[in-house]
Amino acid sequence: MKGVLVDITRCVGCGSCVVACKLYNNLPWSNAPHLGKDAVLTADNWTVVKEFDVSKGKESVWRFVKEQCFHCLEPACASACFAAAFRKTPEGPVIYNERVCVGCRYCMIACPFSIPKYEWQARFPRVQKCQMCFYRVKDGEMPACVSVCPAGALKFGDRDALLKEAKERIAQNPGRYVNHVYGEKEYGGTCWLYLSDVPFEQLGFRTHVSTESIPHVSERVTKWTLPVAGGWAAVLTALYLATKGSGGAEKSH
Amino acid sequence: MAYEFPEGWRFRMTGWRKFFILVFLVAVGVMIYRLVYGLGAATHLNDQWPWGWWIAVDVLIGVALAGGGYSTAFLVHILHRKQFAPVARAALLTSMLGYILVLIGLFMDIGRWYNFWRPFLVYPGSWHSVLFEVFWCISLYTMVQVLEFGSIVFERVKSDWLKRVFDAMLPPLFILGVVLPTLHQSSLGSLYVVTVDRLDPLWWSIALPIFFLLSSFFVGPAMVTLEGSLAAKAYGRQMEIPVLSRLVKVGAWVMFIYLVLKLIDLGYRNQFGHLFDGSLESNLFLLEIVGGVIVPMIMFAIPSVRNSAGGLITASVLTVGGVILNRMNVVFTGMAAAMGGHYFPKWTEFMVTAGLIALAVLAYCFLVENFAILPAEEHVPAGKPSEAHTSYTVVG
Repeated sequence: MKGVLVDITRCVGCGSCVVACKLYNNLPWSNAPHLGKDAVLTADNWTVVKEFDVSKGKESVWRFVKEQCFHCLEPACASACFAAAFRKTPEGPVIYNERVCVGCRYCMIACPFSIPKYEWQARFPRVQKCQMCFYRVKDGEMPACVSVCPAGALKFGDRDALLKEAKERIAQNPGRYVNHVYGEKEYGGTCWLYLSDVPFEQLGFRTHVSTESIPHVSERVTKWTLPVAGGWAAVLTALYLATKGSGGAEKSH
Repeated sequence: MAYEFPEGWRFRMTGWRKFFILVFLVAVGVMIYRLVYGLGAATHLNDQWPWGWWIAVDVLIGVALAGGGYSTAFLVHILHRKQFAPVARAALLTSMLGYILVLIGLFMDIGRWYNFWRPFLVYPGSWHSVLFEVFWCISLYTMVQVLEFGSIVFERVKSDWLKRVFDAMLPPLFILGVVLPTLHQSSLGSLYVVTVDRLDPLWWSIALPIFFLLSSFFVGPAMVTLEGSLAAKAYGRQMEIPVLSRLVKVGAWVMFIYLVLKLIDLGYRNQFGHLFDGSLESNLFLLEIVGGVIVPMIMFAIPSVRNSAGGLITASVLTVGGVILNRMNVVFTGMAAAMGGHYFPKWTEFMVTAGLIALAVLAYCFLVENFAILPAEEHVPAGKPSEAHTSYTVVG
């Protein structure tokens, strides 16, 4: 399982990754900002670099956060989709198949990170999000965005090794990082991992969230479907037969 | 047969009906526009609000309010409580029409509508989706209701052997006709289980499916009452007050169970503080629970209130309003803080809903006036339990 480690302390906010993403995935340059404070993920912006002005100790600093799909270990979008349009690949990327998509947008409701976006202006819109350059990753190459990062903020590799490295960076640089690898446990863990020197909640991350994956939460109720269907049908049949003698009201004659 | 059908098909044209036809025709235009030009052109939906008016009203509220069909069918056809039989056919009809509207509404809402049939196929893993189950159950249940209705159709369209075939299918259809709604009414609540730590904790609960199921059950008697009162007014008949009064009493008990479970759930998740913190969420939640559950439950529990047309109708309006508010709160109020952004439906979104309701009213009128739906009046003397065998009349 592959992943990417994002070290926010190293990101200079140049936006090379955004350009690489647009070029490799052949995405149009739309009006939605892809860099800066108002940067926003859209159907055309699969990744953006968002600027945050935060205070660190006494000083005011800029921090840049690369946003894209986290590629959950157990993705909510895939479990929510009733046409199996999303798939978690063994290599790590969570990918989308537009051919079978019905366009119900339940994935957009289900994603805890609000990542999937929609081609609202299209006649037959697709759901759009980062595919983690699946065909590159499958061939052993790194995603386009990682390959162009000039600051060493992005590192591609095996998720387990990256997680280990992230923890080592925290341990070997006392005081540099907050002691948390975002993506290690959030919603069951994600392929993209983040290190930061300012608290994640100040950088637009949703913190204090469930460590249980969304599919797992959902499974807590869906596992009852068949037992309830079978049991209830048996109970109803028994009730139907037991009370049948008491009337026969359904006939009109 | 206890009654004679008139010759030929009838549809009495009135000013109101012309108006409903006009509304429906405008909506057809809007629907064609939406299917040709896409969701962005026909709605104000956006990336923050991927689900809006159609999902909330045409689907979630539509299915809940059609709950009168299965709750009445459960009492009449499964438990054989024949005292409720006089309203069973009307409840089936409105429920069936409701589900047909839900399916049309759902079709309007899906972006790649030429793929609507895909979820009927089973793909690896697609059965894990809550929506997979909802889609299958709603589609199958609509079919079950159409088949149940076949038994009524072939009384009028004289065909003894078809009538026999449809009658023979009824017992298994009755069982399926309660199992399927139980599954999908609850699953509509399960849809929002995935919004854990985004949907406001006043509404988010792992027990959402149970709350959606119970509320769809208790809104059933209230809807049957309102439909009955409208039909009584339209056709100059007496309301079936003794039948409805007993029906809403069953509803009141389910409301009581719902209320107790809600309180246990809120207590278990330590949300009593949030309940009275004065936020918009808490105020709308209190309005929903007090105005939409507690007050009508008490009204239904008092015999003098539920035995009067005014009390019965008022409490039913409150119950229906409470369930509508509950679904709105789950889709909009409870998600607003987490989703951000803005959403207010475009006129075209309202227009489609209005057109679908107009279609249902027109279809109801036509079917009631040409098929045996409403009970013959002389068999339901006021204040007395109805006869063991209900006979029906064609009105209009």
